[in-house]
Amino acid sequence: MADQATFADAAMPLMGSLYSAALRMTRNPADAEDLVQETYLKAYRGYGGFTEGTNLKAWLYRILTNTYINAYRAKQRRPDETELDEVEDLYLYRRLGGLEAAQISRSAEDELMDWFTDEEVKQAVEDLPEQFRMAVLLADVEGFSYKEIAEILDVPIGTVMSRLHRGRSRLQKALYDFARSRGLADETTDPDAPPRRQPERAR
Amino acid sequence: MDDCSDALHELYQYLDGELTEERRAIISTHLNACGECFEAFDFQAELRQVVAYKCRDEVPEALKSRIAGLISGEA
Repeated sequence: MADQATFADAAMPLMGSLYSAALRMTRNPADAEDLVQETYLKAYRGYGGFTEGTNLKAWLYRILTNTYINAYRAKQRRPDETELDEVEDLYLYRRLGGLEAAQISRSAEDELMDWFTDEEVKQAVEDLPEQFRMAVLLADVEGFSYKEIAEILDVPIGTVMSRLHRGRSRLQKALYDFARSRGLADETTDPDAPPRRQPERAR
Repeated sequence: MDDCSDALHELYQYLDGELTEERRAIISTHLNACGECFEAFDFQAELRQVVAYKCRDEVPEALKSRIAGLISGEA
């Protein structure tokens, strides 16, 4: 059983991760702040139920996720996963990998890093259907294991894997669409040209 | 099934560190031998780093101090 006196020291350093995730979930800074605040208050009050030595970050994410679902999800219509089109595997690689191989040096890891702006990547994540978005956030941004994600989202591991797979494919399609809209995916474009103006965030 | 489609089938589990040692070793061996699969895996691994790196936001100072205040107020 965890001592409430130790809560701030243990939990406050994790706020950056939780706030970033809250922004991707709510897609709105004011709602994200409310969500993080509510999560920390609930966590503090429930800290006696947290087993010290287990994964505090996963525990906080579970509270964050449940709070989000209860408070915000009711507002949005959730498309059924089965309604969504499938996106093929390696969507981005199959379209940009060739260009990359031909025109961009593969030696420097920061090349792919430079293809997309922060805003484009955030937008692509935020545009994912919620169930896919949560899985991608927890795995790719936070690095949780399948088992941890299954516990945080309260779904079977097979569901985690399927949502991750489909979410990652859709994310790649969204990024490809950004690349295309900027002409990056057009073979005649100089990949060293400065990036164009960032797209406005839909808000 | 050929080695390439086997490897691609388990790409995400490989990158996520979710395979058994045995499966992991089999795929690693294949990646060492197959440039095409290596490129695809490498691309996906980099993309994942890009997503993680670019989805970080700074917590507003006001939020930090508000939460710290609320917690000490509860104590």
